[in-house]
Amino acid sequence: MKRVIVVVAAVAALAVQAATAGPTGLPTSIGKGEGQLNLIAWEGYTQPEWVKPFEKETGCQVNAKYAGSSDEMVALMSQGGDSQYDLVSASGDASLRLIYSKLVQPVNVKLVPSWKQFNPAFQSPPNNTVDGVHYGISLQWGPNTLLYNTKLVKPKPTSWAAIYSPKYKGKITVPDNPIQIADAALYLSKSQPSLGITDPYELTQAQFNAAIALLKQQRPLIVKYWALASDEIDLFKNGDAVIGASWPYQLSTLKAANAPVADTIPKEGATGWLDTWMLSANAPHPNCAYKWLAYISTPKVQAEQAVSYGETPVNSKACPYMNKIAKGSCAQYHANAPLAYYKQIKFWKTPLATCDNGKNDCVAYPEWQTAWTEMKG
Amino acid sequence: MADGLDGNEGVALSGLDRTSAGLPARKARRTFGGFLWRAPWLRAVLLLAPPVAWFALIYLAALVYLFVSAFWQVNPFTSEIERIWNVHNFTTIFSSGAYRAIALRTVGIAAATTLTDAVLAFPFAYYMARVAAPRKRAVLFVLVLLPLWSSYLVRVYAWRQILDHDGVLNWSLEKLGLPAANIAYTNTAVWLVFSYVWLPFMILPVYAALERIPESMFEASADLGARAWSTVRRIVIPLALPGLVAGSIFTFSLTLGDYITPTLVGGASSQFIGNVVFSSVGIANNIPFAAAFATVPLVIMGVYLVVARRLGAFEAL
Repeated sequence: MKRVIVVVAAVAALAVQAATAGPTGLPTSIGKGEGQLNLIAWEGYTQPEWVKPFEKETGCQVNAKYAGSSDEMVALMSQGGDSQYDLVSASGDASLRLIYSKLVQPVNVKLVPSWKQFNPAFQSPPNNTVDGVHYGISLQWGPNTLLYNTKLVKPKPTSWAAIYSPKYKGKITVPDNPIQIADAALYLSKSQPSLGITDPYELTQAQFNAAIALLKQQRPLIVKYWALASDEIDLFKNGDAVIGASWPYQLSTLKAANAPVADTIPKEGATGWLDTWMLSANAPHPNCAYKWLAYISTPKVQAEQAVSYGETPVNSKACPYMNKIAKGSCAQYHANAPLAYYKQIKFWKTPLATCDNGKNDCVAYPEWQTAWTEMKG
Repeated sequence: MADGLDGNEGVALSGLDRTSAGLPARKARRTFGGFLWRAPWLRAVLLLAPPVAWFALIYLAALVYLFVSAFWQVNPFTSEIERIWNVHNFTTIFSSGAYRAIALRTVGIAAATTLTDAVLAFPFAYYMARVAAPRKRAVLFVLVLLPLWSSYLVRVYAWRQILDHDGVLNWSLEKLGLPAANIAYTNTAVWLVFSYVWLPFMILPVYAALERIPESMFEASADLGARAWSTVRRIVIPLALPGLVAGSIFTFSLTLGDYITPTLVGGASSQFIGNVVFSSVGIANNIPFAAAFATVPLVIMGVYLVVARRLGAFEAL
């Protein structure tokens, strides 16, 4: 009996494949849902608020596995996750690694109607689109801001220099994440122009060493490298930290708890993340995955996630929905900001050995990880 | 013992024999039983094979795999494991000052924790074993074991709340008119929390060792004119030493392998060997390097156990 079911299922799967696969190998229509959808996601990305209506609408039951860092997402995928999970909400520092490791597959953006409404900057960004092939659908983005205690940090900081200066020794916190090296490089690109840093993710050995030297000098000033957003919230709440690198999420959580905090994008600009739902190379439930991609990109759901998490939707039509949920949230998260605003944000991408300048002399990401561990000591 | 069992079995079999002669299955079983009876080596093999296989497969195979993979490497671009034999991982560990510092920090804090626990546990265990009345002893036992019934994580988080800048400790110090102690997120905090969480593992073996000292020893010591301190120094401590060493095996190895406490209460420079192993596997996906670094505590523990054996620790376990 069991064997019969397996055979029937296999035949059905073949039929579905044959019916939907187009000439380029991409599916041209979404078939019947498989009843299940397995996601690797950031915590907070699968709230019942928008998951429940999706499950009801499509019959695809959502099972989410939360990852704590981009590196953990890549590790999960490379340790067999590409045939266990359907989609992964990869940030820009993970997406190229997933693409080049062949852990994700191309997607047909035509099956995601709302994609046309996306802000053009996020339709085919370099961190999820390679040679015109889309390896996922952009989701949300946000800047890495400078968070500070308004009572204890005066005057209002305007430069990243604040987290590298001894003025707040023992009260500084930054993320425990190798990509933080790019933040140091971004600061150096303005404070030491002679280094010639143009892209904080493409560093020659000399530029990389300068960034590590700056971070080593910063280490004695740090109270703690935070691993979870909740760690940083605790540090600010309990007075162990007064200034640090942060996300808008921590700011809104701390403000809700009446902590005296504010954030800013300093004059050097900021790094930022752009998350993408990427389709696993051997996704077991591709139809449910496409249904999810189409659903999560619609303006209303984009707005719900943006306000819930404290980030910015890529769908340009999400603004009115955001304001309906929380008045003024569209402007607060810069969902309607002009192009000049994005220009000051350097979006995360995986540092590769091959620089855009065509040379092959950049420091690749594994060295970033090693250097980060050794820098912390 | 084994002979006794076999003797009973023989009786039972012969009993069966009389009532069910002619049934082939029973006959076969009887022949097999007789065969086993005549071949004690086979009996031993059949008896020991499952646990030995389990031990070899689950325990030794994992260790061997760990050790072997330490000599592989990871392709920097695809981050896939390449089975090319080299000692690159070990040279990185030994040549880099950062990894040496991490290993030394781990061993240093493990040693400090062990020492602290030994000093705290000895008088407590002595009181429990030799002074307290049975009812009081039972209460003390419960108090020692009580923390182990709650989650390790909860207790570590509780310490974080205590040590925070605006936490209970500083609040109390302020009320007493004393200056604030800024030990949150430092290696001092790591040492303090480790000493707290592993204390029961030291108290119990020390208690067991002290309880076993015969009363006559104390009487003999007193009869020969020794004062209290001499008795402690020349009778109690030498006889409790195996217990102390047994406890230290727990506290030392538990600290050596932990990575959660340094993550939660440690500061900017609180990485342990476990943290590097964790980030090498879970973050960098560099299993060979993690394996190489994980052999460091293995070697340290091996040396420690040999020394502990010399001191007779295994008799007090």
